[in-house]
Amino acid sequence: MRAPSRSDMPETGRSFGPFRSPRLRTVEAWLLLLPSVVLFAAFTHLPFVRTFVDAFFSTPKGRRPSHFVGLDNWSDLAHDPIFWKVLINNTWYALGTIPLSVGIALVMALWVNGRIPGRGLLRMAYFTPTVLPMIAVADIWLFFYTPDYGLFDQIRGLFGFAATNRLGDPSSALVAVMVVAVWKEAGFFMIFYLAALQQIPPDLRDAAAIEGASRFAFFRRVIWPLLMPVTLFVLVNAVINAFRTVDHIFMMTGGGPDNATNLLLFRLYELGFKFWDQGQASALTVVLIAVLSTLALVQFLIAGRGVHYR
Amino acid sequence: MAASRSSARRLDPARLLGIAFLAIVALVWSTPLAWMIVASFRPQSFGGLDMASLTPNFTPTLANWREALDSADFARLYLNTAIVCLGILGVQLVTITLAGWAFARLEFRGRTVLFYAFLLQLMLVPPILIVPNLVTITRLGLYDTLTAVMAPYFASAFGVFLMRQTFRTIPRDYEEAAVVEGAAWWQVVGRVLVPLARPGLVAFSIVSVVAHWNEFLWPLMVVSSTENQTLTIGLASFTQGAESASQWGVIAAGTFLVAAPLMTAFALFQRQFVNSFLFSGVK
Repeated sequence: MRAPSRSDMPETGRSFGPFRSPRLRTVEAWLLLLPSVVLFAAFTHLPFVRTFVDAFFSTPKGRRPSHFVGLDNWSDLAHDPIFWKVLINNTWYALGTIPLSVGIALVMALWVNGRIPGRGLLRMAYFTPTVLPMIAVADIWLFFYTPDYGLFDQIRGLFGFAATNRLGDPSSALVAVMVVAVWKEAGFFMIFYLAALQQIPPDLRDAAAIEGASRFAFFRRVIWPLLMPVTLFVLVNAVINAFRTVDHIFMMTGGGPDNATNLLLFRLYELGFKFWDQGQASALTVVLIAVLSTLALVQFLIAGRGVHYR
Repeated sequence: MAASRSSARRLDPARLLGIAFLAIVALVWSTPLAWMIVASFRPQSFGGLDMASLTPNFTPTLANWREALDSADFARLYLNTAIVCLGILGVQLVTITLAGWAFARLEFRGRTVLFYAFLLQLMLVPPILIVPNLVTITRLGLYDTLTAVMAPYFASAFGVFLMRQTFRTIPRDYEEAAVVEGAAWWQVVGRVLVPLARPGLVAFSIVSVVAHWNEFLWPLMVVSSTENQTLTIGLASFTQGAESASQWGVIAAGTFLVAAPLMTAFALFQRQFVNSFLFSGVK
């Protein structure tokens, strides 16, 4: 990829800076890192610790300051049916959007990597949603789902079907918002697959053709294993997105109907901002952190076993 | 390659089916955008059934645009969003360059601990910490200011790691040559390293601006007055008003106004955008 240089050699601990003694060099390094360290402490690490503490304290109200309540916030959370509903919703949301957007991204990449007419335009069409604000995307889809005169009902109307209210019906609302997320995300993941596919030497295909391998066998035995590192990277991003992107929920359903589209982060917003219930919101933040770290750990372990780097 | 070219000439049914399917997917992917543009020029009187139609079977009108521009202070929204994006980026470029260089080049006490502390920030993405961060912002007296919208993003672990990787691809010889010439460290950073690290800085800038231009949840929480709203917040409140009146043409125009700057930039610098997002992923 790049020419070997001296920077690739093991660190010798030598610096060209003005401070040649190790202690002064440490001072120099910390000074350079100071702005980042202070900002991270203020907006990442201290809040992270705070959340764990706040989850065991009551919400300060008026003149009553916050006091230690033990596990009260946790038992409230555990007895809150909405919490469990939200957790299940988010699980379905992740299970639906992650494989779909990654799968579509892979298929898209395989297609636009081939020699087909207009592939530049196709790539752009797929990638554009990445650049759009989720709020704007939600606006457009909101109209598509509008009963009677939205795009979907117009098309259904042509075939004589009755009007639907996908966002208003608890049984279809979650799927409706999932579609929007997949549409927004797939093109972003596609570019990573596309870049990886372009790194694969064409000789491999010729060799496989000489061996008489079918296109599917070639994909399964050669392409897919080579794409493994990209798949892992894309999966990590898809998982994080499934838990942190809720802008479209604000625009399209507000978590409804009957919490059918309420997701963890949206619920966190409701608890912390709409109901000002800091204690429960902190407990829910801890749950969210726990979910994400568990998933990160699982992926790390899978990565250790299954990924073959070239 | 030879094999694929010969199969291209042979139009077998499987291939045709593939192309047809691809065309349908492409259609699905471009319909929403196409609709947005067509609907924004559609006369409002059409309303009802014709709104879904994609074909511009009408005389285009600017009425929707006029109404959208009237119903929100777009000049203010653009200005606020630009201040937020450029403010975040300006501070980020300084913090990530300094920190990235320290991690790439210096051996010092506490390096490993700091490295993992920075890594932790990649997982604790700001949206997850909105509740404690809102408390911090309020205590600092920053509630309902543009600084509050920017503050949690001034440091970027992703940016630090990106710059660390970028600096490591630059041979040390350049820096040492500059030192031999008698340059001070800040001159080395400013005149040698930053120009050589430009690809990394440009990629980071594009990804950062796109992310913060489009951001919604955090500004929604820390801004309450209209004069501090950013574009996405403005669009959300504006849509809620127009939706109840079913003014889809106005919503389409408003949506387009919010997305247009980035879409124009993307159309002009397509390759640079895609490469930046790619570069940002290859950590």
